[in-house]
Amino acid sequence: MGKDIFEITVNGLKLVVIFLMMVQAVPVLVWLERRGSAFIQDRLGPNRVGPLGLMQLLADAVKFLTKENFVPDTAKPLLYYAAPVFALIPGAVAFSAIPMSTPLQIGTFELFGSTWGPYTFLIQGYDIGVGIVFILGISSLAAYTLLMAGWGSGNKYSLMGALRASAQTISYELALGLSIVGVIMLYGTFSLTEMTLAQQGPLNFNFMGHAVTLSWLPNWGIFYQPLAAILFFTTAFAESNRLPFDLAEGESELVAGFHTEYGGFKFNMFFIGEYGHMMIASGLMALFFFGGFGIPYLSVQEVQEWAASATSSAGGASALVALVHFLSFMAKFCFFLWVFIWVRWTLPRFRYDQLMDFGWKTLLPWSLANTIITAFVIYIASL
Amino acid sequence: MPLGGVIFIVIFIALFGALLVWVATKTGGKPVYHPIKYEPYECGLPAQNKKDTKVSVKYYLTAILFILFDIEIIFMYPWAISFREFIATGQGAFVFISMMVFIAVFIFGLFWEVKSKALEWD
Repeated sequence: MGKDIFEITVNGLKLVVIFLMMVQAVPVLVWLERRGSAFIQDRLGPNRVGPLGLMQLLADAVKFLTKENFVPDTAKPLLYYAAPVFALIPGAVAFSAIPMSTPLQIGTFELFGSTWGPYTFLIQGYDIGVGIVFILGISSLAAYTLLMAGWGSGNKYSLMGALRASAQTISYELALGLSIVGVIMLYGTFSLTEMTLAQQGPLNFNFMGHAVTLSWLPNWGIFYQPLAAILFFTTAFAESNRLPFDLAEGESELVAGFHTEYGGFKFNMFFIGEYGHMMIASGLMALFFFGGFGIPYLSVQEVQEWAASATSSAGGASALVALVHFLSFMAKFCFFLWVFIWVRWTLPRFRYDQLMDFGWKTLLPWSLANTIITAFVIYIASL
Repeated sequence: MPLGGVIFIVIFIALFGALLVWVATKTGGKPVYHPIKYEPYECGLPAQNKKDTKVSVKYYLTAILFILFDIEIIFMYPWAISFREFIATGQGAFVFISMMVFIAVFIFGLFWEVKSKALEWD
């Protein structure tokens, strides 16, 4: 994690901060979801507690904490307690691998009587070379959480919900994994940072030996892989068990699905897990198809030159560059989080057989087609 | 080394989550035991024996099919990442056609699966 005690401490704190930020973002998103749904449905939503109903979050947290601790007689206590804890892990571990900005350079400085530095801190938990594979692998571990909760509750509806959820998750994972093949072919790398850096500046590519530049479009993945973007975003909804694919919950038929027997804070932790998946999907969507932390039309180098002219010190310039890119990433990220909420209150839920048919017979063939077309076009363009 | 970070955050989250669950059991109200209250929730009806729950074999079949297809997709990843390098060395046509043969087998498998009604939910 680092070469000396300072770097290890900072990297450890960074991971903890990313995790806590994710946990803290959940109440805000819940508030946004409730207010947003209210405005979409022409009602007011929570607006009584505090300004704009923002204190509702605090009231909810207190309410969660004061709920009595309930374990059904038929439950298996170890699994029952472990499931919500494990629900937190995949979201945060996978999200930490997403690069959120350019690295922060810190020069040498004096502290506690010794000299430290220079350091380079990444604005992400850890930079894993095989970023995509890591994220896909970790986030699919969530199926185990669902099964633990469903089996551990000792409830028929929980078990059915868990089975449905895991069958849905694995089915859509095929289309998810396959839709990314085109993206990998396009960038020729598994590293998420390299993918972001490949999307700098205006749209430019080589086609059959000619260099083509379209200065009115940014060099984003969506212009090369529009079908993959649609497929990826659709499957991401199913992976995070959100409407229109929230058959895991299906309250009209399964009470509440896998978390029927959960209440209070344990229920809240499943919620955090679900929003964690939304955050991964939004982050990856921004990263694969919308330039990641890059600023549209500008390359990182241009921003660095601007920052160097605007500030006096090298450390200040790198901090400014990192901040600007971080804000750019956050803008895209929040937009996709909002799309998740927006879609939830727009589309009705699928029936279970429709869901499975859609995954296997529509999304999977289309992502195969996308792979073939991408490979063909890349080959033709190189002639 | 990133692995250290991964292990650290997994342990941290597990401890953090366990702490949250533990705190919630302490701050929550004292439960009053009653056998009916502690039955599994089945919309107010008396709970049936757990052993009566039948689970469709379809879920198992779906999982098997998933493994088959997922492994095939995993094979495409190393191909996708090195496709451009192969084109640069002039082996583009060979690598492209090899993968198309592989995908043809994939499509045949999918087609056969649909035709044999392995994916019908009714």
